[in-house]
Amino acid sequence: MSTFAFLGTLEIGFIYGLVAIGVYLTFRILDFPDLTVDGSFTLGAAVTATLIVAGFNPYLATLAGTIAAACAGLVTAWLNLRFNILHLLASILTMTALYTINLRVMGKPNVALIMEPTMLTPFEDLGIPAMYMKVIFVALCALIGALLVAWFLYTQYGLAMRAVGSNKRMAQANGIVVTEKVYVGLALSNGLVGLAGALFAQTNGFADSTMGIGTIVVGLAAVIIGESLFATRSMLIIVLSCIVGSILYRIAVSIALNADFLGFQASDLNLITAVLVALALVFPKLRSDWKAKRATGGEK
Amino acid sequence: MKLTSIFKSAMLSAAIFSCALQAKPVYVATTAIVEHPALDAVRDGVKEVLNENGYHGEQFKFTYESAQGQPAIAAQIARKLVGDQPDVIVAIATPSAQAAASVTKTIPVVFSVVTDPLGAKIVPSLSQPGGNVTGLSDMVNVKQHLALVKEFVPGLKTLGVPYNPGETNAVSIVKALKAEAQLQGISVIESAAPKSSDVMIASKQLVGKVDAIYCPTDNTIISAFESVVKVGIDAQIPVFAGDTGSVARGAVAAVGYDYFDLGRQTGDIVVRILKGEKPGSIDVKMAQGTDLFVNPAMAAKMGVQVPPAALERATQIIK
Repeated sequence: MSTFAFLGTLEIGFIYGLVAIGVYLTFRILDFPDLTVDGSFTLGAAVTATLIVAGFNPYLATLAGTIAAACAGLVTAWLNLRFNILHLLASILTMTALYTINLRVMGKPNVALIMEPTMLTPFEDLGIPAMYMKVIFVALCALIGALLVAWFLYTQYGLAMRAVGSNKRMAQANGIVVTEKVYVGLALSNGLVGLAGALFAQTNGFADSTMGIGTIVVGLAAVIIGESLFATRSMLIIVLSCIVGSILYRIAVSIALNADFLGFQASDLNLITAVLVALALVFPKLRSDWKAKRATGGEK
Repeated sequence: MKLTSIFKSAMLSAAIFSCALQAKPVYVATTAIVEHPALDAVRDGVKEVLNENGYHGEQFKFTYESAQGQPAIAAQIARKLVGDQPDVIVAIATPSAQAAASVTKTIPVVFSVVTDPLGAKIVPSLSQPGGNVTGLSDMVNVKQHLALVKEFVPGLKTLGVPYNPGETNAVSIVKALKAEAQLQGISVIESAAPKSSDVMIASKQLVGKVDAIYCPTDNTIISAFESVVKVGIDAQIPVFAGDTGSVARGAVAAVGYDYFDLGRQTGDIVVRILKGEKPGSIDVKMAQGTDLFVNPAMAAKMGVQVPPAALERATQIIK
């Protein structure tokens, strides 16, 4: 893998690290499988790109994109809590509706940003080559996001949210307002995903109506890779492991892209990625099995 | 002894010579957003032109990556390719082209089948784009379509265009068509049909005012294309279409794209860059339609004759 390809892998890994943290909040903390992210990733990108093209400050546009995506999360939570629609179905409904909304927001299937100012523009004069600059910038965004989320989960409020996810009735019995935690959790999760979409659009020069496809799969894979590598109860490490998982997922894609010398074709990419991710998941288990065997002296 | 040493030195010099020749193979990297028969045909067309121009064998490296429909992977592929430092990157379809154009300012990028390269901000201008990016746009070639109508109706003065003003695609085609028609001294009469049930009325309004009717690739019009054809037969006005598929449904003739050929047209640009031209000085090429469909029976019904030249050029004659 060349340096440039490696930096590109890191860059996209960090951006999707924010997606992974968002997915972690819903799937693991709230125990709310949320597929809205496939739509809110694009929504964040679409709103940000449209506002930038309309002449707004890129930072303001990114904030607006993040808030729009957070609102998408609120809609899913509302459908689920207010109308008792199954969480999975509620999120699928929002995701489906978002496809149309994204097209409406952009007014066309693709908005280009290549020659527009972005969040990175103020740093372009620092003399750091663009390939490094982009990575440093998205890495900082992802790490700041991770630290804030970890801090949030350590607060009283965050603790209450975690309690809702692990035992809803118990939490309610202890005086925690469950619905409010679900609303806040979904907004936060989708906001992070929307921010990732906004960053992706700005570092790649476009927002596209198809860009959200498969976001949930990538996010979930990253969460699970991270979990399998770091068996810990520390919230900070768990949140950071989402980013590590995301980067490892991208490295798997990158290796798959470079696997042509083994006789693979371009169309084999998804299968190779899946196999590599499966290996990453199986490996820690094999290692612990092997350790356990050795501890018992290999007798059985 | 002597002979072997001569032989050895000959071998050695041959080896040195071939090393010098073998400097670095020419490397063309292609990437597309998704596997699709049309996009695959473009890639194969590019490769064929390169092979014909002497780029083949060990001195030539040709790779292909598909983003499997995911822009995130397109972005990753673009970064990988920049790291691989190919001589030319061929990016097929808009998201792949945008991803490639946004990560490199030095490696030549040739895009293909991007409908609106200006709107997609891939190039700042169509002529002499500057920078490292140029390519082929598959926007509807209105000039060629107008030329076809003129070939059938030499005395063309006014052209009727029914379309749906709510379809972005149709609006941009009509806009381009009007600009081109004005240059040729032809006036365009528009007729709006917002729903497919309005198409009949919209076409009838053109009767008595126009010499020919041209239907752009507009989903509303195409879905009720038979209504236009009926008006054309009744009023003896030839009806032309923007897509070859409509010829079997009653259009007199249409030119359309063959994607393999679009790949060949893209390949020509790649060859020019490999031979030393700067991408920034190569104009963005407008795709030339090479498929010509004609329907002589329908032409007769609408009161025109298929010119022998068109009949000869036709890739398909509808009976």
